[in-house]
Amino acid sequence: MENLKVRAKNLSLFYGDNPALKNISLDIPEKRVSALIGPSGCGKSTFLRTLNRMNDLIDNVRIEGEVLVDGINIYDRNIDVVNLRKKIGMIFQKSNPFAKSVYDNIAFGPRINGITKKSQLDEIVEYSLRQAAIWDEVKGRLHNSALSLSGGQQQRLCIARTLAVNPEIILMDEPASALDPISTSKIEELIHELKQKYTIVIVTHNMQQAARTSDYTAFFYIGELVEVNRTEIIFSNPSKKQTEDYISGRFG
Amino acid sequence: MLSRKGRGDKSGDSQVSFAGEKFRFSDWFAERFIKTVAFMSIAFVALIFIFVFREAFPVFRMDVKQKIGSVDLVQEKYGEEEVTPATANPVSGSAIKVSKPSSTLLSNIWMPVSDNPRYGLIPLFFGTLKVTIIALLFAAPIAILAAIYTSMFAKPWIREIIKPAIELLAGFPSVVIGFFALMVLATVFQDIFGYASRLNSFVGGFAMSLAAIPVIYTITEDALTAVPKTYIEASLGLGASRRQTAFNVVLPAAVPGIFAAVILGLGRIFGETMIALMATGNAALTSINPFESVRTLSATIGAEMAEVVFGDTHYSVLFLIGSLLFIFTFALNAISEFYFKNLVIRKYQSKK
Amino acid sequence: MNRNRKDIIIESLTGISVLLIIFIIISILAITIKGGWPNLSWKFLIEFPKDGMTKGGIFPAIVGTALMTLIMTIAAVPFGVITAVYLAEYAKENSVFAKTIRFAVKTLAVVPSIIFGLFGLGFFIGFIGQNMDKIFNGGVLKWGQPSILWASLTMALLTLPVVIVSVEEAIRTIPVEMREASLALGATKWQTIRRVVLPGSLTGILTGTILAISRGAGEVAPILFTGAAYYLSDLPHSLSDQFMSLGYHIYIMSTQSSNVDATLPIQFATTLVLLLLTFSLNAIAVILRYRIRKKAK
Repeated sequence: MENLKVRAKNLSLFYGDNPALKNISLDIPEKRVSALIGPSGCGKSTFLRTLNRMNDLIDNVRIEGEVLVDGINIYDRNIDVVNLRKKIGMIFQKSNPFAKSVYDNIAFGPRINGITKKSQLDEIVEYSLRQAAIWDEVKGRLHNSALSLSGGQQQRLCIARTLAVNPEIILMDEPASALDPISTSKIEELIHELKQKYTIVIVTHNMQQAARTSDYTAFFYIGELVEVNRTEIIFSNPSKKQTEDYISGRFG
Repeated sequence: MLSRKGRGDKSGDSQVSFAGEKFRFSDWFAERFIKTVAFMSIAFVALIFIFVFREAFPVFRMDVKQKIGSVDLVQEKYGEEEVTPATANPVSGSAIKVSKPSSTLLSNIWMPVSDNPRYGLIPLFFGTLKVTIIALLFAAPIAILAAIYTSMFAKPWIREIIKPAIELLAGFPSVVIGFFALMVLATVFQDIFGYASRLNSFVGGFAMSLAAIPVIYTITEDALTAVPKTYIEASLGLGASRRQTAFNVVLPAAVPGIFAAVILGLGRIFGETMIALMATGNAALTSINPFESVRTLSATIGAEMAEVVFGDTHYSVLFLIGSLLFIFTFALNAISEFYFKNLVIRKYQSKK
Repeated sequence: MNRNRKDIIIESLTGISVLLIIFIIISILAITIKGGWPNLSWKFLIEFPKDGMTKGGIFPAIVGTALMTLIMTIAAVPFGVITAVYLAEYAKENSVFAKTIRFAVKTLAVVPSIIFGLFGLGFFIGFIGQNMDKIFNGGVLKWGQPSILWASLTMALLTLPVVIVSVEEAIRTIPVEMREASLALGATKWQTIRRVVLPGSLTGILTGTILAISRGAGEVAPILFTGAAYYLSDLPHSLSDQFMSLGYHIYIMSTQSSNVDATLPIQFATTLVLLLLTFSLNAIAVILRYRIRKKAK
C-alpha cells in the first residue's frame, strides 16, 4: 500500500462556463513518479497546474472539488499559496531561467526565504546543482548568464533552482518536449534519481517517456480522467478502449 | 554528494506549512502603497480641475458684487486700483473697483490692460479656431497620407527610417518649432505670398501642424496596422491590387482610429502655446484673412500671466481661459477615448 | 480605369507627404545648425550673458535647465514607475479603478502644457507655497513665488505620463513565464516584482526617464510663470530661487529683446544647443525602445 501524498477529489475546473476538467479523482503516491498522458487539450496540464494553484493567475477560472496535499485541502479558504508553492515545485514546458547568472538563479529561492549568508548560499547552490546532475557542467561558470547555457542545461538548471527551495513534490509540465534526445534522456535519468526523495508528477505526450520514467500513469481525455493504474498495466493491459486506442497510436 | 543535513537553513525546513494564511507585511504594504501612488494620478487631474477653476471663479463673483454695488462710471476713477495687489480677498475690493469682467467677456474687444479694461473672449476664440483650422488642414492630410504610405506601401527598411524620424520630430521642443517659424517660415512665406504682416495665422498654423503631425501620424499608423491581416489577405486573394486593398479595405476599416487621431491632433494644436506666441503675431483681430495676425487663447495666457497681479480680475480671466481650454481638451480626450476606441474594438470583434 | 488612376495619384501623394515631413525635419536641423554652429563655442557654453544679454554665453540657462530636469526626474520617475507597476501588475483590466487611472494618465498626457503652468501657479505657488510661508516663515515671502522647485514639480506632472507609458510597455514585455517561475518557487507577488519584474524593466525605466528629461528640457509654457527668469546674474542656490532655462531664453531673446537682429547668432546657437540636447536624448530613447520591442519578439 502506497502512502498517498496528493489526492484530488471530484475536481472540476471551468474557464468561465466551459469545463476544462470534469470531476477528476486521482491519487498521487509519495516518492513515486506519476505520469499524466493524453492528447493535447485533454486537460492534463491544466490538472497539473491545479496542484500548486498556478491557475490562480488566470482570471475567470472557477474550481470545484478538492485537492488534498498531506490531507489538507489546498483550496480551503485560509491556505497560504506562497508556502504551498514552496512545498510543491514546478518545472515548465519551456525552460525559464531568469536573465541572471547561474548562481543567482539557484540562489533566488533561498534568498527570498531570507538566506543572505554567502557560505550558506554557496552550499545550497552546489548541492542543488549536484542533485540536478549539472554541477560538473556549470561549476566553472557559475557567474555567467544562465541564458548562455544550452536548452537541456537550462532545463536542468530550472530543476536545480526548484530543488534549492527544498520542495516535497515536483510538478513537471512536459519538461523535455523542447529538447533533443540526449538532453531528454538526461532529464529522464534525473527524474529517476529524484524520485528517491521527491514525489513527482510529470505531464508528457511522449508515451515512451511515460513508460520509461513513471510508476503510475493516468490517461486524460477531453477533461476527464479515463483510467489510472500502474504504468506497466496501462501500457500492457489497459482496461478502457480509449486508452488502448491512444497508446497504440490510433489517435491523438 | 553533500549531505542534506547540516544545512540547517530556513529553506531546508521541509515542514513549511501552508495551512493558515501567513501575513506578510512587505506584500501587504507594497500593494497598498503602489495602489495609493497610482491613485495620485486621478488626484492630480482632480487637483488641476479644482485649482484652475478655483482661480477662475472670482470672475463671476466679482460680477455679482458689482451688480449689487454701483454702476460702471466709477471705472475711470478707480482704474489705477487695477494694478494694486488684491491678494487677500479680491472680492471685497471689487465692490467698489467695478471692473465688470463677465459682462465684457462676450464682447469683441480684448483689451485687458487699459483704463477701461475689456475682456472680450470672442477674438481669442476666433483666433484659436482660425489657427486650428489652418493647422489641421495641413497636418491631417499630410500625417494621414504619410501613415498610409508607411503602413501599406513602404518597404520595411524605409519604414525603419520613417517611423523613428517622425518620433524625432515629435521630440522637437515647440519653442524650437516656434523659433523656426519666426525666423525662417515667416520670411519664406512672406516672399511667396507677399502679405503685409510678417507673423500671422497662416505661419502660426503651418508651424503648429508640425507639432500635430507626429500625433496624428502615430495614431493613424496604429489604427492602420490594427486592421486584421485576414482582411488584407482576403482582398489580395480576390485579385485586388495592393493599392485597391489599401484604399478600399484597410482605410475604411481604420476610419474610427483615424478620427481619434485627428481629434487628438486637434487637442494638441488647440492648446499649443509657444508656437502661437512666437508665430501668430498676437494681435486680437477677427479677420478671416489667413494672412492677418491672431491671438490665441493659450498664447494670451502665456503672454499675460507673468505680468498680472496675483488675484486680480485680469488674473482670474486668464484662469477662466485656462479652464475653458482644459474643458475643451478634456472633452476631446474623452470623446476619442470612449467613443472611437469602442467603435474600433467593436468593429473588429464583430467581424472576427 | 478612371478609379485606378485616382488611386495612383493618391498613392503618390502618400509618398510625397512622407518626403515633405522628412524635408521639414531636415530643414529645421540644417537651418539651426547653419545659423548656430558658427557661434557655438566652448566659451559660449560656460559664460554668463554679458552687456544686457547681447553678448556672452548661456551658462546659467544650461545649468538651470539641468537642475530643473534633475529635480523633475527625482519627482516624476519614482511616481511613474510605481504607477506603471500598478497598471501592469496589480490592476485588473476591467476594474473601474484601473480604468479611471488609465483615463487620468491619458488626460495628463493631452492637457495643454500651459494648463500645467496655470496649475503650478494656482496650486504650488498660490496654495502650497503661500501656506508654507504663513506656517513656517511667518508670512515672509519665500515659497509663495515662482521658483525652480515649483517649476520642476509642475514639469514633473507634465512628464509623468511619459514615464508611465514607457515603463508599463517595458514591464509588459517581460514574459509571463518569468513571473510563473518566480511564483512557483514560492516568491510572493511583491518579491516577484522587486526581483524579477523591475530588474527586467530597467531599460524601459531608463527610456522613460530619458524621454521625460528630453520633454522637460524642451517645454517652456509650464515654466513661463512658475519659475523661469529672464536674466539672473547668479546660478540658483536654493530650491526657492528662480532659474534661467534654454527654452525660455530662446523665447525671450527672439520675441522680447529690444534688438532681435543683434542677438540673432546667440538665438540660433541657443536653439542649436537645445535641439542637440533633445534630439540626442530622443535618439537614445528611440534606440532603446526598439531594442526592448525586438527583445519582446
